[in-house]
Amino acid sequence: MVKYTIQRVVYMFCVFMIITLMCFVLIRMLPLPALAPNDPHTTILELRRESLGYNKPYLVQFGIFLKNIVTKWDWGVSEKLYIGRDVWQVFLEKLPATMIVNLYSILWTIPVGIALGILAALKKNTWVDYTISTLTMVVISVPSFVYAFLVQYIFCFKLRWFPFLMKGGTDYFSLEMFRSIIPPVLSLSFGVIAGFCRTTRAELTEVLTSEFMLLARTKGLTKAQATVRHALRNCFVVVVPGIFGEFIGIIGGSLIIERIFSIPGVGGLTLNAINGLDYNIFMLSTCFYTAIGLVASLVVDISYGFIDPRIRMGSKK
Amino acid sequence: MNYEHIPAEKFRFVQENEILRDKELQTKSRSFFADAMLRFSKNKSSVIATWILLFLLLYAFIAPILSPYSIWEQDKILVNYAPYVPEVARMGIGILDGASVYTSQNDASMNYWKGIAQETGMDPVIGVVGTHESTVKVRGQDVVRYTYDLEVNSYYALGILYRTLSYDEYEAIQNWQNETGIQVIYPYVEQSDIQGISDRPNIWYQVDGKGSAVTDADGNLIPMYSTREEIAGPEYHSIRIPGDPGNYIYAYSKSGAVQCRVLYYNYYIYMNGHEPSFLMGTNAMGQDIFCGIGVGARFSLLFALLVSAINLTIGAVYGAVQGYYGGWVDMTLDRIADVLSGVPFVVVTTLFQLHLAKKVGVVPSFLFAFVLTGWIGMAALTRRQFYRFKGQEFILAARTLGASDSRLMFKHIFPNGIGSIITSCALVIPGVISSETSMTYLGIVDLSSFAGTTIGTLLSQGNAVVTTSPHAILFPSIFLGLLMICFNLFGNGLRDAFNPTTRGEED
Repeated sequence: MVKYTIQRVVYMFCVFMIITLMCFVLIRMLPLPALAPNDPHTTILELRRESLGYNKPYLVQFGIFLKNIVTKWDWGVSEKLYIGRDVWQVFLEKLPATMIVNLYSILWTIPVGIALGILAALKKNTWVDYTISTLTMVVISVPSFVYAFLVQYIFCFKLRWFPFLMKGGTDYFSLEMFRSIIPPVLSLSFGVIAGFCRTTRAELTEVLTSEFMLLARTKGLTKAQATVRHALRNCFVVVVPGIFGEFIGIIGGSLIIERIFSIPGVGGLTLNAINGLDYNIFMLSTCFYTAIGLVASLVVDISYGFIDPRIRMGSKK
Repeated sequence: MNYEHIPAEKFRFVQENEILRDKELQTKSRSFFADAMLRFSKNKSSVIATWILLFLLLYAFIAPILSPYSIWEQDKILVNYAPYVPEVARMGIGILDGASVYTSQNDASMNYWKGIAQETGMDPVIGVVGTHESTVKVRGQDVVRYTYDLEVNSYYALGILYRTLSYDEYEAIQNWQNETGIQVIYPYVEQSDIQGISDRPNIWYQVDGKGSAVTDADGNLIPMYSTREEIAGPEYHSIRIPGDPGNYIYAYSKSGAVQCRVLYYNYYIYMNGHEPSFLMGTNAMGQDIFCGIGVGARFSLLFALLVSAINLTIGAVYGAVQGYYGGWVDMTLDRIADVLSGVPFVVVTTLFQLHLAKKVGVVPSFLFAFVLTGWIGMAALTRRQFYRFKGQEFILAARTLGASDSRLMFKHIFPNGIGSIITSCALVIPGVISSETSMTYLGIVDLSSFAGTTIGTLLSQGNAVVTTSPHAILFPSIFLGLLMICFNLFGNGLRDAFNPTTRGEED
């Protein structure tokens, strides 16, 4: 298992480095944004560019870029949006808003989603199951901006229960902030609930019809006992890695939801960097999103191995 | 009874002289596809979804033709106007009447609406939806003031605008007025007569310093039309308003042109030949949303089809090579796919836009972004199918007969997996549409100069005015939601039909 994990981590790291290199070269190949003349920052930024090797071959530039990160954790400075500020600092300021929204959404959607899935599977082919399955199907299909629009229009504008946009400031745990976070959390939640509901239902219906369930009942367990001890455990082999993946994903957030509710988060920063051609911020967000995606899939893979011994054995072949 | 010793005479031939034949098959044979279609037609929700989907597709291709507007027509004035069809609006049944709600209208603004109604003959106020009473102290006395929430026909509420017309245009409008009897030009009002108000051309009556109407003893508005012949433009020889003693002037002379008070609704008829009529209202660019959704959906569908076709081809070939050769080829190709799939889609799209949009155009570079990573799922699917079939006896037999690698791949193995490949294609299309919509919504890709508009652009424009003109986001949302649901139901139905073993597992 340890060997498998190490293998996976090393492999993931290599993939990450290759992607970073590709994106780095592609970003550096873009024409540099002109700096404002007669600005005191311009001289400094130009000197900085010089020392980062902007006139040297791309591989040398990449070497310098990596060296700065490894030795000083220096991701460069913002050249457009936040002139002269350390990109990493800007990024860190934006991270909590994104995380808090997604954290709230995850915390209540996973239990609800799994519970609905279990309910649907246990009541398979009854109206309960049909209702839940149809709703799941509908909710999964419809893109998130449609919910965001409905939530924003009905709850924030018509009923005036919540503020229209997310509150600014850094008091992430105040009551007022909580109230303003509810609309984006709601909009994010529908999809996650439906996703978990669907996976759980699919897995559980399959497990419930398998032969060991019959055996469990024959040896005298009640239906509830058999379901909790045998069926649920087996169904969680698939569901739990999904939860881990989702937890990693919360840092990534959703560009669209962040934009609609003007959440001062990483997604907004990335969009601004793209529109404002602030390449250093864009490079950092690229690495960030890549890393999130890779780590999520890595965690899912490894947790499969931990939870289900059969998969672990399979990897030794 | 004794079964061991049955006497010989008890036996009799079943058949002695006739020849035994197999019975001819009574049932018709069904092909794989016919069988799948039969199973599909039994799935009610998918069949309904297919019909709705067909309707939506039809809409996407017909709506731009049906609409009297082109997507390139951008009205500068009718921006974010509510749905309005004059024929329906006149029936007064509360739909399609261009209504938007104006809150907190006091008595002064009530007079303003009355002024428009009286002058143009088009009453903008549809109804009062709420009355608020408040008590204010005026010079020590309690005075009850009322404010109203009005439902106002925004097309009529526009009323009169200032327009600067050339002499020719001025003449042409007058001739048109004489021909049709529809009045466009209304008598001129000098700003000095209405307390210098220059931004509200709808005021034609006497007002006080705050812009509120001053009424006579009966509560009627007092007209303040100009009669100064010396500032008037060329002679006016067309319809005059009722109550005009004959000396009102209809245009204000400016150097080489005239400034007029023009009733925009009728001016619109003059310009376009028909009344403004927007089944789904207009958006922030003054485009007809009914047409816009059609144009956007048409682009999305064609684009998604193209992307799926390319990805299907690349993925099938890539997966076939991977699955057929296996070993280090599989390994290497898999690593490449891993790297490509690790790049976030936003980053891919952005980089392609920044690098290629100027050289090859926005749409091709957007297409490349989809193609770069989109085939990976298809390749994985094909690879799995190949691993399933390549060891089987019929492949061995074909190989023994000397079939080449490519023949084995595409003639013998590939057709076996075609069912699951087709069905996954039906589920790829909504995915492409969804990502395309997200990217245009976020403004990372701007397709409006190529396609006119897209659903994503419509949604993002609508989102900015969600409180004042909810229709601008409502209709694109409904369309997109319906399209996605139907595509997914349709795709799931196909998957179940082609692959009966996985029925009901994933939905």
